[in-house]
Amino acid sequence: MGKFGNAVLLGLLLIAPVAGPLQAGGAAGSMAPAADGAPWWIWPLILFVVTFVMGVVAVLAGVGGGVLFVPIISGFFPFHLDFVRATGLLVALSGALAAGPGLLKTRLASLRLALPVALIASTCAIVGAMIGLALPTHVVQICLGTTILGICVLMFVAKKSTIPDVPQADTLSRTLKIYGVYREESTGQIIEWKIHRTPLGLCLFTIIGVMAGMFGLGAGWANVPVLNLVMGAPLKTSVATSKFLLSITDTSAAWIYMNRGCVIPLMVVPSLVGIMLGSFVGVRLLRISKPTIIRWMVILVLAFAGFKAVHKGITSINSVEQPHHAMSEASALVDHL
Amino acid sequence: MEIDNEELEIEPDYKIKLEEQELYASILAKGMYIGLLVLFITFIVYVSGAVDPCLPMGTLSQYWSMNVADYLQASGCPGGWGWIMMVGRGDLLNFIGIAILAGLTIVCYIAIVPVLIKKKDKIYVVIALLEVLVLCLAASGLISGGH
Repeated sequence: MGKFGNAVLLGLLLIAPVAGPLQAGGAAGSMAPAADGAPWWIWPLILFVVTFVMGVVAVLAGVGGGVLFVPIISGFFPFHLDFVRATGLLVALSGALAAGPGLLKTRLASLRLALPVALIASTCAIVGAMIGLALPTHVVQICLGTTILGICVLMFVAKKSTIPDVPQADTLSRTLKIYGVYREESTGQIIEWKIHRTPLGLCLFTIIGVMAGMFGLGAGWANVPVLNLVMGAPLKTSVATSKFLLSITDTSAAWIYMNRGCVIPLMVVPSLVGIMLGSFVGVRLLRISKPTIIRWMVILVLAFAGFKAVHKGITSINSVEQPHHAMSEASALVDHL
Repeated sequence: MEIDNEELEIEPDYKIKLEEQELYASILAKGMYIGLLVLFITFIVYVSGAVDPCLPMGTLSQYWSMNVADYLQASGCPGGWGWIMMVGRGDLLNFIGIAILAGLTIVCYIAIVPVLIKKKDKIYVVIALLEVLVLCLAASGLISGGH
């Protein structure tokens, strides 16, 4: 695609930050109505355009749409974090549901590997969602920003192993009969695989589950390294199983947000359609793009969104504390008089 | 504890039929298409204004910057499964598609349990049933967080 194409993609990616000044004075956590006087369809339309670009970029950068959605939309749009997280989960869930059948039928995703992992991750995602909804918004904002910055570091340093060397399967994976075989389409080779360090991997999925539920990020960014580098599943199996896994993990957390009332259809449907259409276009652009450059752009934008989330959280603390100071000063003044 | 490969009775064979995986994939594919179709149709009905919404679209921007507790209180929209009682409203109509998509995994799990029982795969029967329990608990609304 060349430099121009990449520049265009970067420009499109940066549409989201540009949307920032358009905010209707509705900082997350604000109690005040955000009456912006704009026609009702403006925000869903902007949301659709931005999520479409996100869908394109997510495919090119090899990340899930959910991990881009929550930091960018919560950072630069007037929607409260509660609604953004719920929408983020539903976006990630829909993407996983759409990809799941194909991944299972081609045996790239393994149901035997996914089921035990999903039980732990989905249970913990419920806990994460409950924690995320119970904590004050500014605390979640700061934690979210910190997590996003952590993801940037992970994207920067994480290595991948196409077919990890697993000399011996551990007892637990043997008991659960977690092993598999798939056909490598590029070479026609039949790849047989097994896993190790299953107890450690399952423990790590408790943390992944909590974070997925708490932030509504999806969790592909964490699933793949754990499945591939810790448990030793082949990279393709890890990516495919991770994607399928999201359909289970995000389901449990999505129900918690949905039952709490965090779903606004006017946010969910344009986002969902935008990401899906963007993904279709992204897959076509994949052949002619330079994924490394796109990946760097995504890391930069995510880092920016991460810093913005932390900043927003800290600013919200000040705005929460300010009334107390004002009250104290007013009381002191009254006492003095 | 690590064990030798020779001790494993692992015979990965590409021709082995993974019945539960194929069944799961088949139900997931059908359910996903139905869910998305319902979601898109109901959304078109909603934005066309053919059916009155619970919350007029023009006023939504006044609410979406509030946290969910304030939003529910200010808008009068139902939380939990309350939408079912008001499903005739344009915006709440969309929850049918969302509920189908969110409930699909539960259906897939229930469907593979008989296959796993037939294969005498006791551990995975327990895992699948526990997952159904966890997801039903999440869907029930009995547990939820809140500000």
